[in-house]
Amino acid sequence: MTSLPKTTGKKLGLVTDLDICVGCHACAVSCKEWNAGGHSAPLTDTNAYGKDPSGVWFNRVHVYETDDGENTRTVNFPRSCLHCEQPACVTVCPTGASYKREEDGIVLVDAEKCIGCKLCSWACPYGAREYDADDGVMKKCTLCIDRIYNENLEESERQPACVIACPARARHFGDLGDPDSNISRLVERRGGYALMPETGYQPVNRYLPPRARKDQAGDTGTADHLDAAENVDSGHSFFNWLDKALSR
Amino acid sequence: MTLRQEQVNTSPKVSDKVKYTTCYMCACRCGIKVHLTDGQVRYIEGNPDHPINKGVLCGKGSSGIMQHLSPARLSAPLKRTGPRGSGEFEEISWEEAFDIATGWLSDIRKTDPRKLAFFTGRDQSQSLTAFWATKFGTLNHAAHGGFCSANMAAAGLYTIGGSFWEFGEPDWEKTKYFMMFGVAEDHDSNPIKTGLGRLKTREDTKYVSVNPVRTGYSSIADEWIPIRPGTDGMFVMALIHELLKSQKVDLEFLIRYTNAPWLVRTEKDHPEDGLFLRDADGNPLLWEKNRGQAVNALLPDVTPELSGVFEMPDGTRARPAFEIMARRYLGQEYSAAEAAEVTGIPAETIRRIAAELAHAAFEQEIELDIAWTDWAGRKHDKMIGRPVAMHAMRGISAHSNGFHTCRAIHLLQMLLGSIDCPGGFRYKPPFPRPCPPGPKPTGKPGQVRAGEPMPGPPLGFITGPEDLLVNEDGSPCRIDKGFSWEHPFSAHGLMHMVIHNAWAADPYPVDTLFLYMANMAWNSSMNSQGTMEMLTDIDEATGEYRIPHIIYSDAYASEMVSYADLVLPDTTYLERWDCVSLLDRPISTAHGPADSIRQPVVQPDRDVRPFQDVLIELGARLGLPAFSKEDGSAAWPGGYADYLVNHQRLPGIGPLAGWRGANGDQQGRGEPNPDQLERYIENGCFWQHELPESQQYYKHANKDYLEFAHGMGFIPSSDQIVMQLYSEPLQRFQLAARGHGALQPPEHLRERIRTFFDPLPIWYQPIEESMVSLDKYPIHAITQRPAAMYHSWGSQNAWLRQIHGYNRLCMHRDLAHELGVTDDDWVHVESHHGKIKAQVRTMNGCERNTVWTWNAIGKRRGAWNLEDDAAEGEKGFLLNHLISELLPIDADGTKRRMSNSDPVTGQAAWFDLRVRISKAEAGNEVSEPRFEPLKPVPGVQRRPKILRFGEQFLPKGSWRRKERS
Repeated sequence: MTSLPKTTGKKLGLVTDLDICVGCHACAVSCKEWNAGGHSAPLTDTNAYGKDPSGVWFNRVHVYETDDGENTRTVNFPRSCLHCEQPACVTVCPTGASYKREEDGIVLVDAEKCIGCKLCSWACPYGAREYDADDGVMKKCTLCIDRIYNENLEESERQPACVIACPARARHFGDLGDPDSNISRLVERRGGYALMPETGYQPVNRYLPPRARKDQAGDTGTADHLDAAENVDSGHSFFNWLDKALSR
Repeated sequence: MTLRQEQVNTSPKVSDKVKYTTCYMCACRCGIKVHLTDGQVRYIEGNPDHPINKGVLCGKGSSGIMQHLSPARLSAPLKRTGPRGSGEFEEISWEEAFDIATGWLSDIRKTDPRKLAFFTGRDQSQSLTAFWATKFGTLNHAAHGGFCSANMAAAGLYTIGGSFWEFGEPDWEKTKYFMMFGVAEDHDSNPIKTGLGRLKTREDTKYVSVNPVRTGYSSIADEWIPIRPGTDGMFVMALIHELLKSQKVDLEFLIRYTNAPWLVRTEKDHPEDGLFLRDADGNPLLWEKNRGQAVNALLPDVTPELSGVFEMPDGTRARPAFEIMARRYLGQEYSAAEAAEVTGIPAETIRRIAAELAHAAFEQEIELDIAWTDWAGRKHDKMIGRPVAMHAMRGISAHSNGFHTCRAIHLLQMLLGSIDCPGGFRYKPPFPRPCPPGPKPTGKPGQVRAGEPMPGPPLGFITGPEDLLVNEDGSPCRIDKGFSWEHPFSAHGLMHMVIHNAWAADPYPVDTLFLYMANMAWNSSMNSQGTMEMLTDIDEATGEYRIPHIIYSDAYASEMVSYADLVLPDTTYLERWDCVSLLDRPISTAHGPADSIRQPVVQPDRDVRPFQDVLIELGARLGLPAFSKEDGSAAWPGGYADYLVNHQRLPGIGPLAGWRGANGDQQGRGEPNPDQLERYIENGCFWQHELPESQQYYKHANKDYLEFAHGMGFIPSSDQIVMQLYSEPLQRFQLAARGHGALQPPEHLRERIRTFFDPLPIWYQPIEESMVSLDKYPIHAITQRPAAMYHSWGSQNAWLRQIHGYNRLCMHRDLAHELGVTDDDWVHVESHHGKIKAQVRTMNGCERNTVWTWNAIGKRRGAWNLEDDAAEGEKGFLLNHLISELLPIDADGTKRRMSNSDPVTGQAAWFDLRVRISKAEAGNEVSEPRFEPLKPVPGVQRRPKILRFGEQFLPKGSWRRKERS
């Protein structure tokens, strides 16, 4: 019901490196912290000190195991809005509250127009929408729109809070529409992928897959064992190798 | 529908003011920038210039606002009015609080200062607290190291003069092969995450994690080795076996930097058997190959023998330490096949890892074109590196064989030549220090006198039986039995034994237990339930509590608060002065020494005071030397801030190293500078000295560095620091146990000392495990730190509790299948000591026979100002209820019950736990044991049902500003 811009000037988005994400939740909490007082303030927490506390979080980290026998892995997976090129969450919006910005492709919710019907959260297959029941409006990742252009911040700080906080440096921000941007090159080099491309929503964000393990013989170009020296079982003669004169 | 696009303000004002300080959400101590709007904390971010975190911040740090605003905050001093544990208190004034404390403490000091047991938790002001205890005159002081990292610190400091974590770090930029033992998501936090990220991104590296559980850091390892808990030592010794067998060791490193060539007397019945031969001046000797005689082993340019039996002119026979070491680990009992049986790691994996280590160390050598000068003044034009780095922590530390296991890891590092070289493990100044460093602990009979300070600090490093704090009959002097024959090298004390021993009056009763930031009535004790009972137990003879007085300082309504008689409410970390000092546990990196401060970024809105201010004032009121002047007035009327600037531990050396001297132009040593704190604040609240390139490596033998370190007061002389592959202090105890010398262990401990005091690393089955039936208790149970809540026991946090609201008992799917349980089932877990009920989660990334859970998530109902039905109390649980502070009763029932600790260091052995598990009946889905909810203590803050933090920063008039409060 709400139209999308024909093209966007940029395709701003995030790239998450699953090879080095340790699942520490730094991105999730720094996001919560910045945005609690930011563009979509507050990110309300219900039952904050009671049973089943539940709050608005734009970024959540899931930890799961791939279950393929011997090669099982633990994957730490931060999940937030992917700022799709064809976002169903926008097109289903009956009021125009949900929209995709022409200039940079960021998907936002205009809280003044949102009626809290939740159609967008039903439409989003990625679970990226966060309903604030206390405000009665939908909220979501803004890509820190109040940071990335913010002239009150140093140039180096004009990045989403999650990117700046990430201790492993597993998160990157930039224009994924520009094939020559650093972030696009990183995606190219590491075989970055979009989540569930079959949905047709064309996510902008990319994930970098874990690198291959190096846990088998030969993976590091090393022999699989050390050859024992001669005479190892014959007492003193074994220690002849120590005879080379080394001084202190 | 097309509407006009929303006008977004993309450049809102971020804050009115930014104040720098130091995070305190865990022990990592990152630099933070705190944004303030209308005087309120709006946002906390990492300081990009800070040496520890370089701008990043973890989930805990980013949730600091919720810690600072936690409704569990205390708001006034409390005096107990009901029975202990009832939570019945009245709010009192600070004046009354000081009167009560001063009354109890001055009586003790006048009569018997030992009757004060002053123990602190994870505070970061141990230099102040130990100094205070010294001036009070009690030996019964320590911090939480006894259940944290005493094994790592002691093994490191006795062996290489530094240690993992605080006193050293991997060379993240240059290492090619990184091995991490027993580290979950802790110790330290951000530097490891950043380091791992960089290391893996270089791609020409390999990262191996040895850990029974694959979470967090281990989840991104190139190779995960699911070792059986408590067997790492055997694994490492098998690696040593393989390296020795193939002669892949760095002999040059061993000769230059370790005591490998030192001559060890080998005359079995001699009273000095196993000790180093020394010359008349006390220098150790080595056998000079070219001269065919023994010479001073500390001389440069000598060519030592590493093997053989050598006879001295007086007939004494000796062998080089290297050969004794090599012969031991070449033994078949350390073969990969034998180690596979113990560790569960296939022999071929052990052999392959050994080959990979050798390949990285010796085939991928690093050469840096950096000139440096060695300790003997010889110039070198290159720095040679062996790019293998190691890190180890909790999974090694918390076992009763942890000291020796950690020493084994250091031995492996020495054999590979990878200590403080490019690509290896690097010291953080003020380390390295002599192995071990000074001073010796104080508290021998005669050193503790009524009304007098002690002549030295209570903790230290002993080198022989003569340094023990024991009475003439060999019995312990300290309440925790530290530095006694039971655990001689207890460099951090045994906090986990204090309450038990005080309750049992073993070795004697105390009058007052004074605790700070230590949640001993819950998750910071072994045997939590028993601890609560001991704290409330009444002596029938007197009608008084067995521990008559308890003073506790904490910022929050933790479980321990309810068990105190007097509660001194502390501030949050954003409301105080603090200091992370080189005299204590600094924030240095391998690049240079560093220290930092906290400054109050906001003022408290409650009647609370920073603990350090309170301690200083208490010292003044008690008239303690150094805390009061001769006329009785306070020595530090300006509180901790005054002390930080003006206290001098030695002439020119104080808590802070930066901007010393009247003009602030000196570092390390210099007169107090009245503007020092201002200068710190201008610099982002930290000071760092970046070492020149030529001092960055080989700090143990680098003349320029050693002279610098001596000048700064880090080390007593600029002599080379020789690593102790073979440990003579351990051998001295061995000899005592064998019947040599004037001081010998009591008979009941003789065999124990003989077994565990070996001058070379040994592996033995964890002690509790060796005493229980493994048929009855077939499963290992350990804890891991959740990255988002490491050090969570000191907190209650509205955001973090949404991430880890309760914990599960995690286990391998195959084990679950064998037990007939699956996800979400409830199980009973039993140890020799206790029984709990917990909910199951299954996984693949877990050693087959090990169960684990997140540490310190479970809280007691009613505590921390949470609602009674909060998940922390309903479903969260502690393994602590299964862990005894005492070892099981021996089958023969004759031996006394020893502390459940490492026999060398007294480190709490809480990872030795063995359990059995059975499925619980359906229904009643709550964890056990289940205690009555604690009553809310008076003065805790309002607890909003709906938390709308952040709305106050919206423009005035916004409909989203509901401001319901």
